[in-house]
Order: sequence, then C-alpha cells, then structure tokens
Amino acid sequence: MGLKRSEFLFFAWRNRKLRIGVSIVIFFVILAIVGPFLTKYPPNEYVEAAAFPPSKEHWFGTTIFGQDVFSQFVHGLKATFVVGLIGGTIGTFLGILIGFTAGYRGGMVDEVLNMVTNIVLIIPTLAVLIIIAAYLTVRGILTESVLIGLTAWPWAARAIRAQTFSLRVRDYVDLARMSGVGSMKIIFGEIAPNMMSYLLLVYILQFGGAVLNAAALDFIGLGPTNTISLGLMMNYALLWAALPLGIWWWFVPPGLAITAIVGALYVTNVGLDEVFNPKLREM
Amino acid sequence: MLQVENLTVYYKTLRGYVRALERATFTVADGEIMGLAGESGCGKTTLGHSIIYLRPPMNYIEGRVVLDGQELPIWDMERMREFRYRHVSLIPQYAMNALNPTRKIGKMIAELLESREMNYDEILPELKRRLDLVQLSHDVLKMYPIELSGGMKQRTVMVVSTLLNPSLLIADEITSALDVSTQKAVCEMLVEFRDRGFVKSTIIITHDISILYQIADSILVMYAGQLSEKAPTETIFRDARHPYTQMLIGSLPKVGVRYQEERLRGIPGSPPQLLDPPPGCRFRDRCPVAFDRCVEVPPFLEISPGHFVACWRAY
Amino acid sequence: MSRYLGRKLLIYLLTFFLAVTIDWLIPRLMPGDPINVMISRLGPRNPQEVQLLREYYLKIFALDVPMWQQYINFWKSVFRGDLGRSTLFFPRPVLDIIKASVPYDILLLLPAILLSWFAGNNFGALAARRRWLDNTVLPLGYILTATPYMWLALLLAWALGIVAGIFPIAGAYSFDLRPHLSWRFIQDLLLHWFLPFLSLFMVMFGGWAIGMRNMIIYELEADYSRYLEALGAPQGLIRRYAFRNALLPQITGLALQLGTIVAGAVATEVVFAYPGIGNLIVQAIQNQDYFLIQGCFLFIILGVLLANLLIDIAYVIVDPRTRLGMTGEAA
Repeated sequence: MGLKRSEFLFFAWRNRKLRIGVSIVIFFVILAIVGPFLTKYPPNEYVEAAAFPPSKEHWFGTTIFGQDVFSQFVHGLKATFVVGLIGGTIGTFLGILIGFTAGYRGGMVDEVLNMVTNIVLIIPTLAVLIIIAAYLTVRGILTESVLIGLTAWPWAARAIRAQTFSLRVRDYVDLARMSGVGSMKIIFGEIAPNMMSYLLLVYILQFGGAVLNAAALDFIGLGPTNTISLGLMMNYALLWAALPLGIWWWFVPPGLAITAIVGALYVTNVGLDEVFNPKLREM
Repeated sequence: MLQVENLTVYYKTLRGYVRALERATFTVADGEIMGLAGESGCGKTTLGHSIIYLRPPMNYIEGRVVLDGQELPIWDMERMREFRYRHVSLIPQYAMNALNPTRKIGKMIAELLESREMNYDEILPELKRRLDLVQLSHDVLKMYPIELSGGMKQRTVMVVSTLLNPSLLIADEITSALDVSTQKAVCEMLVEFRDRGFVKSTIIITHDISILYQIADSILVMYAGQLSEKAPTETIFRDARHPYTQMLIGSLPKVGVRYQEERLRGIPGSPPQLLDPPPGCRFRDRCPVAFDRCVEVPPFLEISPGHFVACWRAY
Repeated sequence: MSRYLGRKLLIYLLTFFLAVTIDWLIPRLMPGDPINVMISRLGPRNPQEVQLLREYYLKIFALDVPMWQQYINFWKSVFRGDLGRSTLFFPRPVLDIIKASVPYDILLLLPAILLSWFAGNNFGALAARRRWLDNTVLPLGYILTATPYMWLALLLAWALGIVAGIFPIAGAYSFDLRPHLSWRFIQDLLLHWFLPFLSLFMVMFGGWAIGMRNMIIYELEADYSRYLEALGAPQGLIRRYAFRNALLPQITGLALQLGTIVAGAVATEVVFAYPGIGNLIVQAIQNQDYFLIQGCFLFIILGVLLANLLIDIAYVIVDPRTRLGMTGEAA
C-alpha cells in the first residue's frame, strides 16, 4: 500500500506511539549534541571529590575518582548514537545486499546465500565480537561500530529476502493484470515505497541492536579503549564497587538512557508499522 | 425464507462513513438460489457478510433481517453466534485457508461441534455420507489441511459449512480461485445441496455473472451500494430493465470469460466513491438514459411478478 | 520430517565447522606473538621454566608446520577434547575449567529461558484479550526488552541486594561453603541464583510477551479464525487455536533469540560474578588467556547448536506440516 506524503504525515502525526517514540529519540539526540557544551568538565578528568552525589555543581554527581558523571554521560550518549548510526547502516546495507540478491535472483544464488545466512545466524553475534575484540589491542569506536555492523546482517538479510520474494510475486501478478498499462506507475508508486517502508523498519531495529550490542561489548571491557561510552561507565561502576558503596548515580543514568533510546526505537517501529500498514491502523 | 428490509450498513473510516449498502430490501424464497452480482466494491460482499458476520469496521445503521419468521440480531456479534451455522452459514471466499492448519480436519469439526454443544459421534455418520456425496474419502478426517488439494479443501469446507442444514447459505466468491471445470463441479454441488434439502435458501455472491446463468434461480444486481434489479435468471438475461444490468449483460462475452477489473470493459466511467456519494441514483453519471428525475433515489419496485427494479425509466 | 531435520543437521554441522575455523583463524590473523604474551602473563619465572613453556606452546600452536597442517592439527585436538591449558588457572586444562562452569550455566539459563517463554507467552495472550491489560503490559514489555541485561542486573543487585539486603550479589554460593549435598548448601545456592535468574527472566519475558501478543492478534485475523467465527464457534475455541498456532513462530523465535540470550547471560554473570562460561570468557579476555577464550567460544557454539536441535525437535512435534515434510522453510 503506497502512501502519499501528506497522507503519511497525517497518519504519522495521529499515531501516539510514533509521536512518543520519535520525541524520546530526538530528546536524546539533542542532549548528545548540546550536552558536551553544557558541562565545563572533560569526561575523564578528575575534577572533584570522589563519589559526590548529584548536586547543582555536578548534576549527576561524580564517580569514585571524582569524574563528572554528567559529562561522561553526554559524551557516552554521543558514542552510542555513532555506534547505532554506523553499525546500523552497515548491518542494514549488508542485509539489503544479500537479502535482495537472494530473493530477486532466486535459484542457486538464493540457495547458497540462504544457507550462508542460516549458518551465520546461528553463531551468537556477541561471541564472535568477543573473540575478535579480544585480539585487538587498540580499539576505537569506529572499529567497534564496523565490527558490530559486519556481524548483524543475517536476520535482516533473511527478512528482506522474504519480502523481496513476496514483492516479486506480487509484481508479476500486477504486471499481468494491468497488461502493460501503468505498470511502471505500479512499480514506483506501490512496490518501491512499500519496500522502502520495510527497510526503514529494518534499519531502526538494526540501530537499536547495534546500540545494545555495543553496550554489552563495552560492559565486558571490550569496547573502545580511547573514549568513554555508556557501557563502559557501567563497567567502571561495577569494577570500582559502585554497588556496595551505593553510588547509584554512576550506573543508573547510562542504563536508563540506553533503555529509553532502544525502547523508543521499538515503539517508533510499531508506530511506523501501523502507519504503513492500514490493516493495523486503529479506526 | 429470508426477508431483508431496508438493510443499511456503512464502513466506518477515518474520513467518515463509506456508504457501502443503502436500504436493501428483497426476499429469498425457500429453495431459491439467488445470485448476487456486481462489480467489486458494489456492496455485494457487504450485504452477504452483514447477514452472518457484521463486525467493525462494518457498522449497522438500520434495517431488519428476518429468517423463517425470526428476526436475526445481526447488530449483535454475540447474540448472532447462536444463529450462525445452525441457521445461517457461510462458504467463505478464502476456503483454501479456512481450515486450521495445525488440526486434523475431523478433530477440528469435532471441536467445533462440541463447542456448539453438539455430539460429533452422532453427526459422524451423516458427515461421512456427505463426504461420499462430494466424492471425498473418509480419510480426509484424519488429515491435516495441508495434505489436501485445493479442490478437496473447497469440497471439505462446503460439507462442513452445510453440515447442520442451515436455512440460509451464503457462498462468497467461491469459484474465483478455481479453474473452469472445478467451478462447474462446485456449482453443481450447490444445486445438489439445495435439491437434497441440506440448505433452504442460497445466496451466491459473485462477480462472474456467467456462472449464475447455469445455476441461479434468480439474480440480484447491485451497483455502488444500491440494489439495481432482481429477477428470475431468464428475465435478467433476456429482459433486463435497469440500464446497468443491460450493460452488464451486454458487456458479457458469450461464455465463461470473466471481468475482474475494477472498471468494467464496455461501460465508460467508474462508480462514484461511496464516502460522500451524490444524491439520487448512483449510476446516473454513467447512465446513457439518465434524466433530471434521477437526482431522486428510484424506489426498488416490483414491475412484474418477481421482477424488481430501481430505475425511473423502467416503471 | 527426516528431510527437514536432515537439512537442519547439515546447517548445524557447517556452523560447527565454521565456528572451529573462526576459532583457529582469528588468533593467527591478529598482530603480535601470542606465545610471548601468554608467557609474560604467567609472571616472572625462572628461564628454564620459560623455555619449557615456550616449547609447550610451540607444540600446541605448532607454528613451525605449514598452515594447513596447523589447521588439521587444531581439528584433531578439538576432537581429542584437548583445548590446551589455561594461563590464568595454570596449569589446569581448559576443558576441566569449562566443565566446572557448565552446570552453573544450565542452572541459570534453562529455567530462565523456559519459564520466561511460558510466562511471556501466556501473558502476551492474555494481553491480547483485554484492552486495559494491553495498554499497560505492552509499554512495560517494550521497556523490558529494550533494557540492557547488565543494567537490570545492576539495578536488581543494588535494590534487592544492597539496599534491601535480601539477596547476596556475588558468586554461586557463599565463600565459606564448599559444594556438597545438604539443605544448607542448596538454600545458599538458590539464594545466590535468584537475582541473576530474575534479571535474565525479566528481560526475556518482555520480549516473549510482546511477540505473543502481536502474533495472536495476527492469528485472530487469519482466515481460519474468521471461518470459525462465521460458524458461531465461541471465542474460547478460536483463541485456543490462535494461541496454539501463534506458539509456532514463538518456538522459531526462541532459536533466533539464542544469540541475544548468550549476550545477556555473559553480562548477567559478570555483574553477579556468577561462575558460568560467560563470566569465564570475560575473565579469560581480561587476562589474555587465549586457550580459555577459544575453549569458551567453542562451548558457547556447542551449547547454541544443541539448543537449536532441541528446538527443532520441539517444532517438529508441534507443527504437523514439518512432520509431513510439506514445508520448505519453517524456521
């Protein structure tokens, strides 16, 4: 079902889930961009007495080393979005490339690609990331994002393959039915937008997946070695006894932000699905 | 006998009501097989479904449906449950997918009957006789739907739907997914069911008027949510009085070819959109003989015994 | 059915082959000399010992023979169960260390996965039925599945462990106890087990509940449901069918989720210092214990493959279509 732009915006605005989800994501994007300018403390500098609770001076308190948690938080937020963006893009791109090729070409090509996808799908992503990251002594946020993207494509490839399959069949039926007249219009008016909406949904899930994977990787100490991230904050908090010392302001904000961003992405996805798919729209 | 009076059903959408069925009044006698024909979107499916299965986004507006002297509470999904299957039954368009894919067919029928407080074992002999009648092996009952061919599934659904001898059977586009020879067999089965008294009245919803020529006793033609004409089959084909019916019959190739397009070949123009339809006869924009009177809705009048028509030119 | 399972088995064999190859390949692709790193990890020793170790590692890695020979040797030792010796727990063999961890993973993961799956599915089906429940459960479900495992683990450890002081937050049992069969030990074990279990359970529960809720709504709109409704079947029967059919994709979903579950288990075990493979692999990484990393990776893959196989068997039992060999692609 192709939607006109005005129609799309109309339904999009009416959808509460979409409104809430997008608002939360935008809020955190703005915080990630503006945040570093709101704090005068560099993220890793020891600026204050240790384990200071949240105050006017340090909004989110300080770590056990006296680092400003808010500063670490907004810088970590930036890293989170970078990983989501790069990892999500690579994962989606590979998924499209492999899924579309398999679904469109069919036959032997499909057989082989599908087999490969099914195999890679079984191997737990994090396990592979762990052993790759374990042997890399210097890791940047870019390396991490690329690695995450490179291991995240299988489910997307499978979903896109299935979608391409069904569209190809529908395409064929449409062409036959319309006997030449307006077939181009159907392809570009109905099928392409349909696939685009689907890809957008895949991209959002890839984005969220990359954020969660990065958080796990950072948390077990295999994240970037040269910068701060939300997962790393929780790692430090655990390692330096934030639990027994009750420094909750150290580990609550990073996890909360990840939960909010990923949750908002999921809700956005559901909302978009309802907008794109008229069957799901509430009357 | 089925009597429908002033039945009006709208679809509720974001932009307002789509007036899919407007003040339909007609009867179907016992033993009558009535074809319900028209282009897609003319309201024939709405009409068929609202008698058995009226649920959102369909909205009941007004009208009565009386079956064997008893009014059906069609506006109440829950109260209708009691009437479904025993009194009104349906052979759906999607017969190929109508059976639960993870239940053996016999078990599904048993569970369905038991959920309606009937005993499967008591009905089993009759079920087997009917399977014989449609030339299905009794083994079907031990099979999963996926083990059946399309034609077998179609016949199974026909047997299941008519098992309790309903007064009214609604067959919804049952031939559209089938090849020509299977179509014929299915149609003959419907006649057989009627002749044997499995069902009293039958409504066959179809966009394929040529199918009806062979089996229907009468044909009701609809256009854009309004009834156009109802008459015995012979009359519709030889002496149609509504210009739409005439064009529909005229546009028909001799045998068997179907028109599936939204737009009918041979009739210029397209039906009005039903969100906010123009007043009066909805065919008048495409009608070659329209005149000023047509801005009023023409009543559905009996111009000769059994022949009803809604056209100012026909009275 | 045999064709379906046969095809699956082929995929699993290939997966295992690929995993072992990755396991072999990656250390060899990385810069630096792993042997030097490993020996230096063991700390200062006398030169004679260093020489012995070097010879040992050279033999294990067999870096002096051609690559293909190294590869075949690697396979041989995998089949012999010889995964090398840990440097972190020197001189214990890697296999022994992993064997000691596996029971804790089973103890933690099996109940968490199965219970969250059952509870989530039932709850999701319930949510699909009642609007108010739907409106409260659905947002909660989305929040739960979006929660990083370690964060929920940290929160629970802090709230129930530190603040409320009900549960211990580290280890599988108290330091002053040795594993033995007694009521006291079992009680202690369960007390330590509860928080990691709960945090895994909660995150997974959210995912299953949402999945089931969406699937059942889809199934209730399916043609077979509409047909039953047209024949006056009560809601109870229609929902029962829909629930059963919605379980099928949820079983497939279980297989697809295993990767995420592994990630969750690793993070959770780290938070609670729970002595499973997840905790082990992280310790191995922090100490650059390469043999232990390889061994853990291999065991994780084996576990996932075994779980996949069990899920396939369950699927075949539940879905008649796979039994009849009439579907090409079920999972």
